[in-house]
Amino acid sequence: MELSTVWFLLIALLFVGYFVLEGFDFGVGMLLPVLGRDERERRVMINTIGPVWDGNEVWLITAGGAMFAAFPEWYASVFSGFYLPLLLILLALILRGVAFEYRGKRNDPVWRRRWDRCIVFGSFVPAVLWGVAFANIVRGVPLDADHDYIGGFFTLLNPYALLGGLTTLALFLTHGAVFIALKTVGDIRQRANRLAERLGIAAVLAAALFLGLTLARRATTPALILAVLAALCLVGGLIANRLPSRDDPQGRREGWAFAGTAAAIALAVASLFADLYPFVLPSTVDPVTNSLTVANASSTPYTLKIMTWVAVIFTPLVLLYQGWTYWVFRKRIGTQHIPEELVTPQPATR
Amino acid sequence: MDATELARWQFGITTVYHFLFVPITIGLSFLVAGMQTAWMRTGDDKWLKLTKFYGKLFLINFAMGVVTGIVQEFQFGMNWSVYSRFVGDIFGAPLAMEALLAFFLESTFLGLWIFGWERLPKKIHLACIWIVAIGTVLSAAFILAANSWMQHPVGYKINPERGRAELTDFMAVLTNKVALITIPHTIAGAFMTAGALVAAVAMWHLVRRPGKDTAAFRGAVKLGSWTTLISMAALLVTGDIQGKIMTEVQPMKMAAAEALYQTEQPAPFSLFTIGTLDGSRPVWSLDVPGVLSFLATGSFDGRVQGINDLQAAYVQQFGPGRYMPNIPVTYWTFRLMIGTGVVAAILALWALWSIRKGRAPEPGRRSTRFLMWGMIALPLLPLAANSFGWIFTEMGRQPWIVFSQMKTAVAASPAVSSGDVITSLIVYTLLYGALAVVEVGLLLHFARAGLPDVSSPAPTEPDEDRPLAFAY
Repeated sequence: MELSTVWFLLIALLFVGYFVLEGFDFGVGMLLPVLGRDERERRVMINTIGPVWDGNEVWLITAGGAMFAAFPEWYASVFSGFYLPLLLILLALILRGVAFEYRGKRNDPVWRRRWDRCIVFGSFVPAVLWGVAFANIVRGVPLDADHDYIGGFFTLLNPYALLGGLTTLALFLTHGAVFIALKTVGDIRQRANRLAERLGIAAVLAAALFLGLTLARRATTPALILAVLAALCLVGGLIANRLPSRDDPQGRREGWAFAGTAAAIALAVASLFADLYPFVLPSTVDPVTNSLTVANASSTPYTLKIMTWVAVIFTPLVLLYQGWTYWVFRKRIGTQHIPEELVTPQPATR
Repeated sequence: MDATELARWQFGITTVYHFLFVPITIGLSFLVAGMQTAWMRTGDDKWLKLTKFYGKLFLINFAMGVVTGIVQEFQFGMNWSVYSRFVGDIFGAPLAMEALLAFFLESTFLGLWIFGWERLPKKIHLACIWIVAIGTVLSAAFILAANSWMQHPVGYKINPERGRAELTDFMAVLTNKVALITIPHTIAGAFMTAGALVAAVAMWHLVRRPGKDTAAFRGAVKLGSWTTLISMAALLVTGDIQGKIMTEVQPMKMAAAEALYQTEQPAPFSLFTIGTLDGSRPVWSLDVPGVLSFLATGSFDGRVQGINDLQAAYVQQFGPGRYMPNIPVTYWTFRLMIGTGVVAAILALWALWSIRKGRAPEPGRRSTRFLMWGMIALPLLPLAANSFGWIFTEMGRQPWIVFSQMKTAVAASPAVSSGDVITSLIVYTLLYGALAVVEVGLLLHFARAGLPDVSSPAPTEPDEDRPLAFAY
């Protein structure tokens, strides 16, 4: 296999990792006002992702860096072409990251409410816009002969791309609800399970329609198989979400449900990449000459070889220690774990 | 202003802002790791208190560094797509490696450190913060290797067909002599910044809250001040070597640092100039003979090429054009970088002097009041020095974006309009401004709050329902 194809696969893998991992923490963020009825519950939700959300976000940074290194043309065309959506995503990610770290640093309801809004906004915007962006990449955008984007902001907001945004939104919400059910105890767990049931139906519908439309445009066998598997995993996960847990009468089979939504997101993203190959950014204008492909967008074999060695050695290491983090923080948490002094309003210190 | 000009302003603003947090992250991660190690070794609770106290300041700062860093990676593609296409084969690799090797380490192990108090075995918990610290330095090394390539491209060839630079020797990029000296210089700057912060906050407590946690804060003043002083020494040594390498690979930058228009032997260094710095005779300047020669060549009698000769030589080499940077900017930032650093070191020395042999600054005395003003300035000065240094080195490279290979004027994204760049410039400026207010407010709040109570009783309840030692 050519190294450029290897890097196409690796970048696909990085985005798969990003959407599976940050997918649920976007979901948790968006559901904060829905499932978190009081301060204690909101804290429980934030602490389910507290130790891991930052590590999850590095998957995006690595994917971006890998695009730059392995396919500079792709990186340059996408990042300059999708300028305003990416600006919005950056704004969202900045507010969200700061919000997680700062919201608990002051015991002041107004302060926390403001940061909560940032968390919701900061989770919602990327959840939608990443879907919009990837739908546009698969669909193709107008590029000139230099591979520069020549459309406007609203070119990107076509119905197909908006459906893509709706799909990632519904998937991440479901994934997040299932994750909260998996990681909490008590009342919030049950509410999360019930919410996941309803969100799941929306996710199935949106994903089926979106992947169906994608494949109707241009279907490759691998993309088709991956899309079908994604649908099966999602349905399987949602069935598990309705089955009672064996050891806790209050719970459901959350582990399986989470595995199902995670696999569904992974396979759906993989299906998009499979459908895209060998293109990386097709052009809707003069597709034959103006499109970016794995071949004409890639770096030199020498650069790719070095990068491959580095990736082969360090990616498993990253998976190992990130996996370990999830193991360390595997326990469910509940309202009883939230320290009292962080919740009860205290007189101003100054 | 055209899109390129706006994109340059944006890069300058977002990068200088990002680099306010980065040096504190790098330096403070090591100092906090050192404090926690001291606690494990000695069992003295004062070190645990200091670990938690400065750890909190570290986290408040770290969050800002992370989120403003994402902008940096995206910005190359967003605003500088022509540049990105030209250099991607070389420049992308260190960026990708920075993420894979350093950012994953930093973010994952910092999460473990924050939430791992009382949940991880003590030694493993300590290892987590050390791994974070190592991650910060790795990250610095990769990104500085990338930047050094822009200052002094090595290990590449130009492919005229693809119109891009292609990597031929990756080791040459990583061991670029500019990188090898820029890395220690930048790391030393980071330690100085963090040391100054630690010392200044501790000194404030010694004076304002006498008798409270005195032993701990005395320890912190010493640790911070010595870190600042040792870093200053390292900065002088590395800066000196850097000057000589710069003279060799970017002589125009060295000439611009002094606004030296005519080639001179020996060349003086002016501490201060009143005038336009446009090559006409200055109104007044305070010169130290031979010092520029020494900085550039290592000999007080060395020959330093002037801007005019270099300009003529570059026109010969690269064709017609203006090859000199903005001279007043390079002249003043170079001086301010050195000056603010030196003043910070003097203040650190003063802090040490004021607590010598068990003494303490007496509250109410005039000298103590001055000391307090000094302590407020102390952490700000190295921050300013870092910024001046970066502005100097980046502005000093102009008109090139990649020295000798690509000019900044042709590097911006054709797909991005001035309107787009203005929009993002406004968004970043407002957002960063607002976040700065919040961040500084929080830092001051927790810096004033003093050391936390660590004498919590050993947990007796069943492990399951115990509140988290640390929760968001």
